[in-house]
Amino acid sequence: MPDLRLLAAEPTEAERAAIDAVVGTADASDGRVVRSDRTRRHLLLPALRAAQRRAGWVSESALGYACRRLEVPPAEAYGVASFYALIALEERPAEVLHVCTDLSCRLAGAEVPEGAQPSPCLGLCERAPASLRTIAGEEPREEQLPPFGPALPQFGQPGLRLLRRIAAGLDPDSLDAYRAAGGYSSLRRAVELGPGGVLREVAESKLLGRGGAAFPTGTKWEAVSKQPARPHYLVCNADESEPGTFKDRVLMEGDPFALVEAMTIAAYATGCEHGYVYVRAEYPLAHERLENAFAQARARGLLGDDMMGAGFTFDIELRIGAGAYVCGEETALFQSIEGYRGEPRNKPPFPVEVGLFGKPTVVNNVETLFNVLDVVTESGAAYAATGTEASTGTRLFCLSGHVERPGLYEVPFGTPLQELLDLAGARPPKAVLLGGAAGTFLRPDQLDLPLTFEDARAAGATLGSGVVIVYDESADLVDAVLRIAEFFRDESCGQCVPCRVGTVRQEEALHRLASGKANGNELAVLADLSQVMRDASICGLGQTAASAVESAMLNLGVLAQ
Amino acid sequence: MFGAGGGTSSYEETRNADLIVLWGSNAREAHPIYFHHLLKAVNRGAKLIVVDPRRTASAQWADLWLGIDVGTDIPLANAVGREIIAAGLVNLEFVERATTGFDAYRESVEPWTLAEAERVTGVPADAIRELAHSYARADRAQLCWTLGITEHHNAVDNVFALIDLALLTGHVGRYGSGLSPLRGQNNVQGGGDMGALPNKLPGFQDVADAAARARFETAWGATVPPEPGMHLSDMFHAMERGALKTLYVIGENPAQSEADQKHAVGLLEGLDQLVVQDIFLTKTAQLADVVLPAAAGWAESEGTVTSSERRVQRMRKALEPPGEARDDVWIVYELGKRLGVDLGSPRAEDVWNELRTLSPMHAGMSYAHLEELGGIQWPCWDETHPGEQFLHARLWDPVVEVRAPFQAVVHDPPVDVLDDDFPIRLTTGRRLESFNTGVQSGGFDSPLHRDGSAIRLAPADGARYGVADGGRVRVVSRRGAIEAPVRYDDTLRPGLAFMNLHFPDEVETNVLTIDAQDPKSGTAEFKATAIRLETV
Repeated sequence: MPDLRLLAAEPTEAERAAIDAVVGTADASDGRVVRSDRTRRHLLLPALRAAQRRAGWVSESALGYACRRLEVPPAEAYGVASFYALIALEERPAEVLHVCTDLSCRLAGAEVPEGAQPSPCLGLCERAPASLRTIAGEEPREEQLPPFGPALPQFGQPGLRLLRRIAAGLDPDSLDAYRAAGGYSSLRRAVELGPGGVLREVAESKLLGRGGAAFPTGTKWEAVSKQPARPHYLVCNADESEPGTFKDRVLMEGDPFALVEAMTIAAYATGCEHGYVYVRAEYPLAHERLENAFAQARARGLLGDDMMGAGFTFDIELRIGAGAYVCGEETALFQSIEGYRGEPRNKPPFPVEVGLFGKPTVVNNVETLFNVLDVVTESGAAYAATGTEASTGTRLFCLSGHVERPGLYEVPFGTPLQELLDLAGARPPKAVLLGGAAGTFLRPDQLDLPLTFEDARAAGATLGSGVVIVYDESADLVDAVLRIAEFFRDESCGQCVPCRVGTVRQEEALHRLASGKANGNELAVLADLSQVMRDASICGLGQTAASAVESAMLNLGVLAQ
Repeated sequence: MFGAGGGTSSYEETRNADLIVLWGSNAREAHPIYFHHLLKAVNRGAKLIVVDPRRTASAQWADLWLGIDVGTDIPLANAVGREIIAAGLVNLEFVERATTGFDAYRESVEPWTLAEAERVTGVPADAIRELAHSYARADRAQLCWTLGITEHHNAVDNVFALIDLALLTGHVGRYGSGLSPLRGQNNVQGGGDMGALPNKLPGFQDVADAAARARFETAWGATVPPEPGMHLSDMFHAMERGALKTLYVIGENPAQSEADQKHAVGLLEGLDQLVVQDIFLTKTAQLADVVLPAAAGWAESEGTVTSSERRVQRMRKALEPPGEARDDVWIVYELGKRLGVDLGSPRAEDVWNELRTLSPMHAGMSYAHLEELGGIQWPCWDETHPGEQFLHARLWDPVVEVRAPFQAVVHDPPVDVLDDDFPIRLTTGRRLESFNTGVQSGGFDSPLHRDGSAIRLAPADGARYGVADGGRVRVVSRRGAIEAPVRYDDTLRPGLAFMNLHFPDEVETNVLTIDAQDPKSGTAEFKATAIRLETV
């Protein structure tokens, strides 16, 4: 793009090399031919990430160099860089400790040492208090702290579906081990069924999305498969950022080939040749294991051209976020992949029609895709025999807070909440947060709730992303509510007024109530804000930003006087 | 080639094209309105290919830029044609049904292999191949050109070479595909429409056509000469011979726009009588015996203009012209009166309605109909006809009555050859903020004019000839020498220099240029001058 007023500063050799590794080296022009490619803006965030991992921050010169190479106006690139919490635009040490101060970790007494950065939920709730160390340099790396955790209390138990290979001690780095554990039998079965057969089985399974919105997967796939516009894209939403959620991390870290296989089936059924997995930046081990899985699958002809001799082509690219909760919203995620600020789009049009790069797009959560494997091998009807009529299959729940055995649990839909709490050894709760910051607080007398989409809805709650945080009698619920309000204020992308202003006003009103400086109007204001954000926000972030706060006030009487 | 002279397509089709080729056009600067339509296509994902010796602002928007040597458009076009044939990408059905002369064309392009074209044009073979394949494979392709094609001594052959490519691929006569010679002003097309061409009556009716002449003679009560008149350049040659002694110039500034300027001014000064009608006291007007101050077309008079997409649009008077300035129509009619001819009512609408009775392609364009549709693309046969979005749809009829002929053309390099004395190729062009000789745009102080009069040089040439960026240099051609400021410009390769003609009061670029002209179009070869640089 000409007409660009680029920044004059030259990047350091290290920055240049890091960015070139992402965008390729520039062709020297001989004054006779110049080819340009306007379609490379999607490399902007990867380029900025590379620069930051090399230098520890994104300098003006690195930003300018990325702009020049990708033909992006510097002002726009600055807008993108400054959108993400993990991109630093001011110089800082190569090594930075990000300390989680979110719901589960603050229950575990998280403290931010001098020089460290406070961070929203890092998705390591089972090992709270947790943190992430980022180390920039020639060999950049990220370390999750503590490095190991008791992620799977059901380890060794039979009868699990989604977790069965992990519970059986699968080697996550070996394709052979995955195949020995029955891997790739689902894809073989899918090719026997043909795309139409797979769509039929998925529809019959009545599988609902596990990312939070519970949309029927079969309906989504069917819609994309019928779109005449090409290409179709498949996006796996692994930007798991709902505070208290870590299920997708455990799946990706423990069973990465299963995600590859499930995505391949989804692509086969819906006519996609290119897939993306968008993983949040805070999951370095998942990045590593997925990249390894992609490479092995490619080497064995399980990704790439003419897979399994079935004449179809599919490959997957890993895209890494940079610290933005809102990018878990599917259209914000598209914007992020495309190299723009992760600001959600208006819907309609829905992603099945106009999604990534404006093309029909299937977006599925990691857990949703894992379910597809059994749907295909067992048949949709057999799969639907587990769970309830409207909520089929099993569900993963992320237990943290005041429990003896925090971690990921798989139970059939319909299991009462109390039973799940007993499995995890929950202490007698004062409250349970179900569904995360966008979820709802439940009272101790609501714990017989059967865990299904329909029962949760009837109770005015949501399963959301499967978060269960237990608060015992010692817990400070005011602190939790204030943290949730702070979280939404911080994570609001600021694009639409109801959310941008509403989340600020909500936090202010709660602080006035908490500090005893109430003016008497707060409850009415909060009710109004809740209504306005729910009705008028562009995306789910704003629409649910008052949900947990309101439930704490109405259900538990927190700050309600 | 196809009959009437105008772009075949609409702006809407440009917006919806898959491929746009700008050949010898820097539309970004010279045709910014058209470029804004083009950018909508680019934004949609259309591919843009630019052929231009300079890496112009337009070329910087391109997916592929081909930096051709000045004056080698025919070798490049013929090589593209040969490659399309060799790769089996010819639209054979279209060629067989709608064209003639394919075999002769194929033979004529046969020598232009990719390698030979690379040798002559300087453009690498793989880029030529990419242009050929992109054009032939595109579903909707627009081929656009401007003065880079036509300001050559073989302008018409250059145009033929491009039209041949459209015939080869069937990129004409259907929605989205077409040929677009972009027009440099809002009414260049309208000038042609109204018969301001030496061999045409209004509506592109040929003066050699007796029946057409008869219609005009009946309407006008006067005899129309059957032989063509003179092009502007012919007129200067006639002045030189002494055959032309009186000149009436309306809205032109030949004293500064003609090639070989010193010579041109001398001829104007030698006329018995020079009458200039203009809205400014131009350099030409300063030489005149009589100056007729005119009203500004866009605000002080009624009438119509025709855009590059053949759209006739109404212009409305908003202001009374200042002082003694008068509407052009009024001046011409008054002149008629003084010469003893009553031309009737000088109302623009009456003149227009007379035209509608004589030019069938404008017949349906009453002011009311123009108003109703917000402008109409000709032809518009009657008041129920909405006009034609694109031309030559007939070429896709099952039976094509009048076929479009291929025109085999041969390469003829620029007249002003490069040698050891004159080793640098100077080409001329335009800047975004300025217009032609600066009569309309030079009167405004603007920072955008900065360095406007400079000669632009490749930095390597500057170093080679000892000329500093920001310094001054003496530029010498076989016709004259001028002094100009210097700016280094990395959109130029070594051996190529660039000047514009917008600031003739500061730097008389056309002192350098050659008046070698195309015999058919009468356009001079402004694009190819041989120069050397001397330090001052």
